[in-house]
Amino acid sequence: MAYLEVNGIRKSFGKTEVLKGIDFSLEQGEVLAIIGSSGSGKTTLLRCLNFLEFADEGTISLNDDLLYDGVSEAAAKKKLKNNDKLLRKKRLHFGLVFQQFNLFPHKNVLGNLLLAPTLMAKEDLSFKQRLHFEKSQEFASLKERALATLDRVGLLEKKDFYPCQLSGGQQQRVAIARALVMNPDILCFDEPTSALDPELTGEVLKVIRELKDSDTTMIVVTHEMEFARDVADKVIYMANGVIEEAGTPEEVFGRPQSEKTKSFLASRKNL
Amino acid sequence: MTFFDVTQSLFGGFALTCLIFVFTLVVAIPLGMVIAFGLMSKFKPLKYLLKVFVWIIRGIPLMLQIFIVYFAPGILNDGVNFWNEVDKWFYFNFGVDAGGAFIAVLISFIINYACYFAVIFKGGIEGISRGQNEAGLVLGMTKRQIFRHIVLFQVIKKITPPMSNEIITLVKDTALANSIGVVETILAAKNFATTFPPLIWPIFYSGVFYLVFVGLLTLLFGFLEKKMAFYKE
Ligand SMILES: Nc1ncnc2c1ncn2[C@@H]1O[C@H](COP(=O)(O)OP(=O)(O)OP(=O)(O)O)[C@@H](O)[C@H]1O
Ligand SMILES: [Mg+2]
Repeated sequence: MAYLEVNGIRKSFGKTEVLKGIDFSLEQGEVLAIIGSSGSGKTTLLRCLNFLEFADEGTISLNDDLLYDGVSEAAAKKKLKNNDKLLRKKRLHFGLVFQQFNLFPHKNVLGNLLLAPTLMAKEDLSFKQRLHFEKSQEFASLKERALATLDRVGLLEKKDFYPCQLSGGQQQRVAIARALVMNPDILCFDEPTSALDPELTGEVLKVIRELKDSDTTMIVVTHEMEFARDVADKVIYMANGVIEEAGTPEEVFGRPQSEKTKSFLASRKNL
Repeated sequence: MTFFDVTQSLFGGFALTCLIFVFTLVVAIPLGMVIAFGLMSKFKPLKYLLKVFVWIIRGIPLMLQIFIVYFAPGILNDGVNFWNEVDKWFYFNFGVDAGGAFIAVLISFIINYACYFAVIFKGGIEGISRGQNEAGLVLGMTKRQIFRHIVLFQVIKKITPPMSNEIITLVKDTALANSIGVVETILAAKNFATTFPPLIWPIFYSGVFYLVFVGLLTLLFGFLEKKMAFYKE
């Protein structure tokens, strides 16, 4: 079995079926690029993986561990919602970088990285230990990890800045660092450069390339065809909630089989 | 009547003004939060009931609400005002006048302001983008942690300007208490103008109390807004 196995994911909003049975798999250290026109369900798929939405049907397995099974959908949904702790644990297998960054504006860069892991570490502590947490060894190593991650995205010197003082590209790099600090097994990106000015996309794509070089498993929804072509190990082209074409970049970009894929790629070339 | 006498009497009224102000804030702010959550509740009957209630409270004058709270209990009792009994109780136990009217005023103010605050709180919370909530969720935070550490501060910053407006309006609205005989600052001043010989200047003098009060609040809110200006959205 592959590292990540996604099988038969279906998702409807009301009467519209947005995902109509999505299957794919991914090995550890691989990068999957998902392309497709607007409204094809790419974001919804990522949100299902991160449990921001719950798929109506289908399974998600990671490392031979069944994380989600939509067959017993009603029961599973209830269980997941009520058993918050379990759901949170499952969520942490996946990281998500949003199109709109969604940094916490009232926290500085370091604060953005430290908030979630600090709260999580404090949960198991007594009241007294919590008060002195900032002086503990655990916090020191947490901070060290956060700083190292900031260094990885090239923003160490901005650690005390607030998001509003950074450019879009820098903000998105902070968002990537914030996701990385949680040590996700798979990092997902939803059009990470779509909200950026063209001259700022490069720095973000560079960070993702470097993550690939350090064997981070990633799923990247993107409109940057060139980037998908040279970074991805696998490419999925989605249309109307189904996978229209899947394969290596050479296969999907070089010799697309489906007519839909061909016309999509042609329309992209003309941009 | 000397300046000293007038000052003493106005301070007596001003004490009531301040009491109404403080009591209203202390109760209406938490009550407003409860109503705000109710307005955002997924339980439809509660949500719509509160919606109608808030619409009515915000749609009729506060003075009418004071009259309703003050006179409505009399419907059950051949028009005998229930609050007069409370007045008497206060008089016998504490030797103060118009205790019942004062309670009626507090109830009206608390309900009225809680509704205004609720709408501000609701707007503030809904104004925080869904993305903030989702960013917290994917980082493994609980809903509680997200509210406390991500949403709350941003909401406070967002609602400080409308809340300052509302709170400054409250200072001036307290004057409505005199419509059912609570001798707050303005009624205390007016009493000098209706005696013989009439004194007009206490009326102007009473304005100074409000100006000083509002001035201090303006400084306070300005300070808070500055404190929270370290970030922009
Ligand atoms: N919460 C929701 N409720 C109802 N419909 C939704 C919801 N979320 C998404 N949809 C619908 O599902 C479809 C797929 O949306 P999705 O955001 O997944 O597309 P996408 O491929 O990410 O598109 P884009 O490239 O524009 O980001 C769209 O038609 C959208 O309107
Ligand atoms: Mg999308």
